[in-house]
Amino acid sequence: MSALGQSNRAFFDQLKRYYRWYTWGLLLFVAMLWAMERFGLPRIWIGYTFMFTTIGLYAGIGIMSRTADVAEYYVAGRRVPAFFNGMATAADWMSAATFIGMAGTLYLQGFDGLAYVLGWTGGYCLVAFMIAPYLRKFGQFTIPDFLGARFGGNVARGIGIMAAIICSFVYVVAQIYGVGLITTRFTSVDFGYGVFLGLAGILVCSFLGGMRAVTWTQVAQCIILVIAYLVPVAWLGLKYTNSPLPQFSYGFVMERLAQREQQLMNDPKEIEVRDIFAKRAAAARARIDALPQSYDDGLVSARKAVDDLNEARAPIPEVRAAERVRDSYPASPDAARKAWAAEAATNAARAAPLMPHGEPFWSGNPDPVKAEAERNGKRANFLALVFSLMMGTAALPHILMRYYTTPTVNQARQSVFWSLAFILLVYCSAPALAVMVKYDIYTSIVGRHFSDLPAWISAWAHVDPSLLSVVDINHDGIVQLSEIKLGPDIVVLATPEIAGLPYVITGLVAAGGLAAALSTADGLLLTISNALSHDLYYKMINSSASTQRRVTISKFLLLLVALVAAYVTSLKPGDILQMVALAFSLAASSFFPALVLGVFWKRANRAGAVSGMLAGFLTCVYYIGTRFPFFQGLFGLNAADWPLWFGIQPISSGVFGVPVGFLVLIVISLFGGPPDPETSRMVDFLRYPNLKATASRET
Amino acid sequence: MELSERHRIYWNRNRGLTIALLLTWFGVTFSVPFFARSVTFTVLGWPFSFYMAAQGCLVIYLLLIYLYANRLRKLDREYGVDEAEDE
Repeated sequence: MSALGQSNRAFFDQLKRYYRWYTWGLLLFVAMLWAMERFGLPRIWIGYTFMFTTIGLYAGIGIMSRTADVAEYYVAGRRVPAFFNGMATAADWMSAATFIGMAGTLYLQGFDGLAYVLGWTGGYCLVAFMIAPYLRKFGQFTIPDFLGARFGGNVARGIGIMAAIICSFVYVVAQIYGVGLITTRFTSVDFGYGVFLGLAGILVCSFLGGMRAVTWTQVAQCIILVIAYLVPVAWLGLKYTNSPLPQFSYGFVMERLAQREQQLMNDPKEIEVRDIFAKRAAAARARIDALPQSYDDGLVSARKAVDDLNEARAPIPEVRAAERVRDSYPASPDAARKAWAAEAATNAARAAPLMPHGEPFWSGNPDPVKAEAERNGKRANFLALVFSLMMGTAALPHILMRYYTTPTVNQARQSVFWSLAFILLVYCSAPALAVMVKYDIYTSIVGRHFSDLPAWISAWAHVDPSLLSVVDINHDGIVQLSEIKLGPDIVVLATPEIAGLPYVITGLVAAGGLAAALSTADGLLLTISNALSHDLYYKMINSSASTQRRVTISKFLLLLVALVAAYVTSLKPGDILQMVALAFSLAASSFFPALVLGVFWKRANRAGAVSGMLAGFLTCVYYIGTRFPFFQGLFGLNAADWPLWFGIQPISSGVFGVPVGFLVLIVISLFGGPPDPETSRMVDFLRYPNLKATASRET
Repeated sequence: MELSERHRIYWNRNRGLTIALLLTWFGVTFSVPFFARSVTFTVLGWPFSFYMAAQGCLVIYLLLIYLYANRLRKLDREYGVDEAEDE
């Protein structure tokens, strides 16, 4: 073992010691708060304590890791051991959406939701086999760096910068949005303040210490988020599987859930409620068909209702309700068409029969021929989504950047293993959690009297009706399954209370969600500001800039990007949240072919890479721009004029973009000559962890 | 520098392993959803395809990555391209 190996070893032992103490400290902190809760500490204070303690902790790590050294700032000095880089990558990877929303998506979509589970884990195989070790050997700072060096010239680098910024920016806005939501829900501060609180939490880390501070904070955040996810799951497991590890035994809960589903499917009361929804949907459609006459009629009757109630001296709340109906009446027949179409769709969705949780690609269509076609379409989309997400995983710059930080190529390979290992702790638990919560709701909520619902239902319905609403549709005083409407986030948020855990665990879950959002946001902000400062400014504009100046500019840009992102978030752009999944397809189409062939095919040349990246990117942008509902609305396109290719949804446009990218890269490369000998030597350099004769060693 | 014959063999073996693992990865990922509806038996309560998509495939991915890292470390040493500073 060399001297360097020895010092790495000592560093590793020291880190293990620190983080072991940290974990014990965290558990002690939770225990103390729990004791204080029993002595009557109000809930709101538990929320505040968790929020400020954890953000203060991240700030502390950020300040301790402050640096102005280039290698420390961009790649944490390249001495992050495989194990800890795995933890940091896992935290970087698991976003607010994963932590809070994944189990809920699985609850709502059953088998079909597993596309996310498969896609967001299997991508690490691609990272491990084709990307991480070679990037580490390359040993520079960013993904555009690699493209610029391998393919030469600034064009490849420039396209890389553009794609990296587009993907990361959409993503970072969604994270800051998540921070705002979590702080609002748990401390009841205003959304705007929540966003700025989160922003402060993000900036104290990345601003002072760049990658170095972000790395050590992400490790701390990984520990919090894994504990926060697993504790409630273990408790719920004890309740339903008699084991704190339900990940291994929830199959039996699934079996009982399937039996309960059978019962509910044919329950006459359920059918009654669904019929009411079907009638409401039909009524909305009838009003659309009778436009424009129905618009005037509706307006008249809405006004008349208020007048009648006023005349009859009805109770104030009833009058107010009628006034609300009148005031929110659509402003024009066109607006009415839109609003009623939405109303018809919502009601029709709730009139649909019950979906069996374990059934792949289920369809509620009563016509067997149509149902079969729908199910095949769903299968194709499932596969397309899985592959898009996987290739996107292997192309998102904020993840790949992490593999620059290990001491060696070998540790980069091991580090992918540890990344996935920590990710699986959460990803194997989410489906179990979804099944157990579903079983709980199907058996202990459905069939109860409205007068005796558990407290968490009204508490969460009060916080946000889109999270959870239970309304007696058929006025029989008993909860039917069809009367419950869930938003995906509620599953994780309410689990501690469903499991009968003290409120302090709910606070821990909030802190976990916050950690997930902040850690991802940190990585993304760093990616954007590095693309601007290192790639655009240093490599393309002013290559004589001093190292001091480069780090200063990077910090300044980081601040700027963070402020812009927070500003965009404060506008509450609901549409941008839907676009996050699009970032995967976009990243896959732009980067994946060039990254893979750059290492595995020496013949790939500049013209091929540039046109391949552009072709992949543009294919993806074109498909999304013409097929994604938000953009159709933006550009005034009629959905019927733009049929889907093979019925594939725009969220999976990577399945078109990636093959186009590969094809164009290969064909154009073959038309041009082979790259110069120097590039060829560089590819050799990448392929061997250590070409001993080349004495120069990366530091 | 000029690559030696041993260097070429190292790269070929690395590439062979990569291709084999990628084929396994693709086979597992593709066949589980594709045949999900025709596989109907259950294991310990789980419908088999549900279990595979929710957990089985994930564990296989982890094993593949472990296998790759381990095999290549040995390969690096065997062909003398391992890194000195690594333990």
